Amino acid sequence: MRAFVVAVFAFLYLPIALVVLFSFNAGQHASEFTGFSAQWYGKALSNPFLVEALKNSLFIATTSALLAAVCGTAAALGLQRVGARMRALFDALLGAAIVVPGVVIGISTLVALVQLFAVVNPFLASLWPTDQPPRLALGYGSIIAAHGLFSMALVTMIVGTRLGSLDRNLVEASSDLYATPLTTFRSIVLPQIMPAMIAGFLLAFTFSFDDFIIAFFVAGAQTTLPIYVFASIRRGVTPEINAVATIVLAASVLLVLLAQSQLGRRKPSR
Amino acid sequence: MRGSLFRKNFLTALLLAPATLWLVVFLVLPFVAIAIFSVGERAPEGGYQAALTLAQYANLPARATAFWNTMVLAPVGALACLIVAYPVAYYLALRAPQRWRLILLALIVIPFWTSLLMRTYAWMYILGGRGIPALLAYVGIEDLRLINTPGAVLLGIVYGYLPLMILPIYVSLERLDRRLLEASADLGATPLSTFLGVTLRLSLPGVMTGFSLVMILLLGEYLIPTLLGGGKVFFIGNALVDLFLQSRNWPFGSAIAITLVAVSVVVLIVANRISTRLSGARRVDLI
Repeated sequence: MRAFVVAVFAFLYLPIALVVLFSFNAGQHASEFTGFSAQWYGKALSNPFLVEALKNSLFIATTSALLAAVCGTAAALGLQRVGARMRALFDALLGAAIVVPGVVIGISTLVALVQLFAVVNPFLASLWPTDQPPRLALGYGSIIAAHGLFSMALVTMIVGTRLGSLDRNLVEASSDLYATPLTTFRSIVLPQIMPAMIAGFLLAFTFSFDDFIIAFFVAGAQTTLPIYVFASIRRGVTPEINAVATIVLAASVLLVLLAQSQLGRRKPSR
Repeated sequence: MRGSLFRKNFLTALLLAPATLWLVVFLVLPFVAIAIFSVGERAPEGGYQAALTLAQYANLPARATAFWNTMVLAPVGALACLIVAYPVAYYLALRAPQRWRLILLALIVIPFWTSLLMRTYAWMYILGGRGIPALLAYVGIEDLRLINTPGAVLLGIVYGYLPLMILPIYVSLERLDRRLLEASADLGATPLSTFLGVTLRLSLPGVMTGFSLVMILLLGEYLIPTLLGGGKVFFIGNALVDLFLQSRNWPFGSAIAITLVAVSVVVLIVANRISTRLSGARRVDLI
């Protein structure tokens, strides 16, 4: 059995290792390894389209993960204070946000927003005094919102789990000692849920940064890194893409490890 | 008293408001929108035209290949994942040395949270002309086509979703009361019948969770069939991308999307029923 497990780990990591190895290939070809060189990293980072896509992805991932962390935590706290029926309804919606396939989230958001813009844009134009009214369109906003939906559901669940295991005695003790609710929240609850919030933020960031399919539908004229990579893969495998893949993989491994270490923290160090 | 109750409710509403708004505007309303679209007609220039017809649903057989591929490869893929995942989860939960357990588990989870696009791309590389086929040609096996086949898609599925299958099975095996295994052995059961009667039996809820999760995600899969199936192994996800972004037949695409969600819901309900029957349904944390 141990041999089988070793084989599975090899299966999981060999393809990744291969991409990393070939990203350092000095040669032009995808098959022959002709010595180490970092030239493809240089080429990738001096490609203006790629850098633009990378910047877009970083901006979108940061914004949607931040929004998700804040709104998701608020929701998890709010859910502690409502009745069982309300909670079940909310849980069902959050579960749906996680389980509904990305393709469906993507197309339904696209359809709804296009329809909404068709109503709102003429209305805005009629109100606007000049000839250049603001136009709502697909772009950063729609990607951030669509990514944030999944991420917020994830944060709500992670923080909710943490709140469930929170020591109620501490909260009671705090109010017995005449702390205001705000003080109790700041010095008892917040430090305990902080690791879950950070983990949620990091996972949300990773998800948004890696997501292709939702962004593919709602990006409008914007390009994210996965969209750029997908397009260039279809044009043919290049060593430059190996370099990009390596950077993305390294970044997501780092973030996931950070998230895991935050989730693993039992007691906050203060 | 009344004032404080009001304040309490106000705070609760305030905390839940952003999430509720988000869920309504970006989940409920869009779903209502595609439900309405699915009974509409395609406008002559593409997009949607209001109507009340079931023609889109009657037209579903036009994409029968996509449905067929998905409905076959999703359960087969999930089963293949399960066959590979079970021994790994078993080893991690019951055999691996204690101090290695968490490290090995982290090594399993990390790939799941890294880019599926990049990991699938790695297989294009290996299965493509300059990868394994080139190696095989070296030893005399020529013209073997690996990429752009259903087999390549299946391999990509196992590779991409394996961690998601291992995790819930690991959790259910890890919670297993080891004294039951000793008791079974003390009562004269062979290792095999202990495994079948106790270990496997008690891990079935985890197996169900993993299987239904992987199944549902596979139903909406787009990247793996596109990159490793090369346009020959169409999934429902591919049909949706085509209908919305290329042929702009939004009503038909919406009908397919609604059908996809309906199938996912049925899978979830059936899975839930089975695991409830298998013994108390347990929640499994995915991360």
